[in-house]
Amino acid sequence: MAVHQRAEVRVWQRRSTPAQLLLWCGWLLLVVVTVFAWQLMTRETLWVFVADAPQQAADIGARMWPPRWSYMERLWWPLWETLNIATLGTLLALLVAVPTAFLAARNTTPSVRLVRPLALLVIVTSRSINALIWGLLLVAIIGPGQLAGIFAIALRSIGFIGKLLYEAIEEIDAGQVEAVAATGASRAQVIDYAIVPQVAPALAGIVLFRWDINIRESTILGLVGAGGIGLALESSLNVLAWPQVSLILLVILVTVLLSEWVSARVRHALI
Amino acid sequence: MSSAVRQWRRPPLIADARLRWALGLGALLYLGLALASLEVNWARVSEGLVRGWRFVEGFLQPDFSSRSDDILLGLQESITMTITATVAGVALSIPFGIGAARNIAPAPVYYCCRALIAFARTFQEVLIAIFFVAMFGFGAFAGFLTLTLSTVGFLGKLLAEDIEDIDETQVEAIRATGAGWWQVLDYAVRAQVMPRLIGLSVYRFDINFRESAVIGIVGAGGIGATLNTAMDRYEYDSAAAVLLIIIAIVMLTEYISGFVRRQVQ
Repeated sequence: MAVHQRAEVRVWQRRSTPAQLLLWCGWLLLVVVTVFAWQLMTRETLWVFVADAPQQAADIGARMWPPRWSYMERLWWPLWETLNIATLGTLLALLVAVPTAFLAARNTTPSVRLVRPLALLVIVTSRSINALIWGLLLVAIIGPGQLAGIFAIALRSIGFIGKLLYEAIEEIDAGQVEAVAATGASRAQVIDYAIVPQVAPALAGIVLFRWDINIRESTILGLVGAGGIGLALESSLNVLAWPQVSLILLVILVTVLLSEWVSARVRHALI
Repeated sequence: MSSAVRQWRRPPLIADARLRWALGLGALLYLGLALASLEVNWARVSEGLVRGWRFVEGFLQPDFSSRSDDILLGLQESITMTITATVAGVALSIPFGIGAARNIAPAPVYYCCRALIAFARTFQEVLIAIFFVAMFGFGAFAGFLTLTLSTVGFLGKLLAEDIEDIDETQVEAIRATGAGWWQVLDYAVRAQVMPRLIGLSVYRFDINFRESAVIGIVGAGGIGATLNTAMDRYEYDSAAAVLLIIIAIVMLTEYISGFVRRQVQ
């Protein structure tokens, strides 16, 4: 805060003059960088295509309506697959993420120097790569289908669950750990009786949250061949069957809303 | 007297025994059904493990040089797309966020803005990208629009919730000085939400870069397109190079955004 003397009147200003100048330079830099990035980005853009976008949108919209309801009977199985990909993927991730989180948390890791960085590396790697990219890799390696989808979801979720869980473990109340340790409990018993009860509600919340996200992600995994309803979307898009596309989008919308509702209800019941 | 040693047992998670058994059996039944419907072609999987090993080898010896032009172009598209989409998305999300805050926007504006934000949040970026690619043609411009729309959905919602949570006494105090609507917005609302808005914008930059690597798979430009091409050509060493670059940049942006958020909050 700064006060200036300006012709007998003291004027209040939020920042001193150098700070104000620095702020303006910051904004200027942001504008320059953005304009530069915009120019680089649009160098290859064909503006003809952009100009006729409204017509394209109207055209696609007209083709999409009405949805082809009879296609629904062929969507039930992919929908079941999608649900399984999300659920089994989350469970698989849980199996790996819980030990990883215990190895990564500062207060439970066996070695801060060696094991903790390794566990953190696993978590960061898993988090940096989107499920769709994991799907792309896994389809190339183990072939198209549900299994690739399950592993893709699991590989992405390990980092997510692991990170949030290890942060929760680091924030527990140390008093309870000490109390249980003082009874002569072994290391495993301390984890079982003092740490697990403290982080269990957090873990339940994290897993539910991730399951909800995974339902969304598993609807598109089929675009790279990893099973589920995305596969139907991909094949409908390839033959430009827009009425089927709109039905699939509606089904995805309903599924996502339902999963959100279910996870909110379960969270409410658990926590 | 029998050896009645009272032993403590942990209380079960679900108190009602019938509900506990029903839930357990239901979960088992679902797992059985789900695993039974899983079709796995084991011959294909074992054949794929050889390829998997080649991929691991690619990771150990990533090939940055032979596709360096493609990689640089993809990286350039991804980064420019992320910057422009974040700036445009933040700029647009401010009016929509203000409009979607119940305590400062009139009811009609509130419902319009809420509906738009809900719409922008409903579908995955990839699904939106498919449509933008169909409408605007292949390339980074479609990606830019996709990321902008999802940024508006994300930031608009969080900003609106922040504005709804502000301290009302400060608003009243500013209003009592005779300030108009804009002045209240500037001195009472902006001052309270600005640190979190900056933090969230930086966080969204981080997310946008990650997403820019994904939407390339459906044709919206960026590093994802490069990755997709490398996978299609079975060039696992180039694909590994792209993945390592993505991981490095994500870690860098995550570190920077964490630093900035600690500074402003």
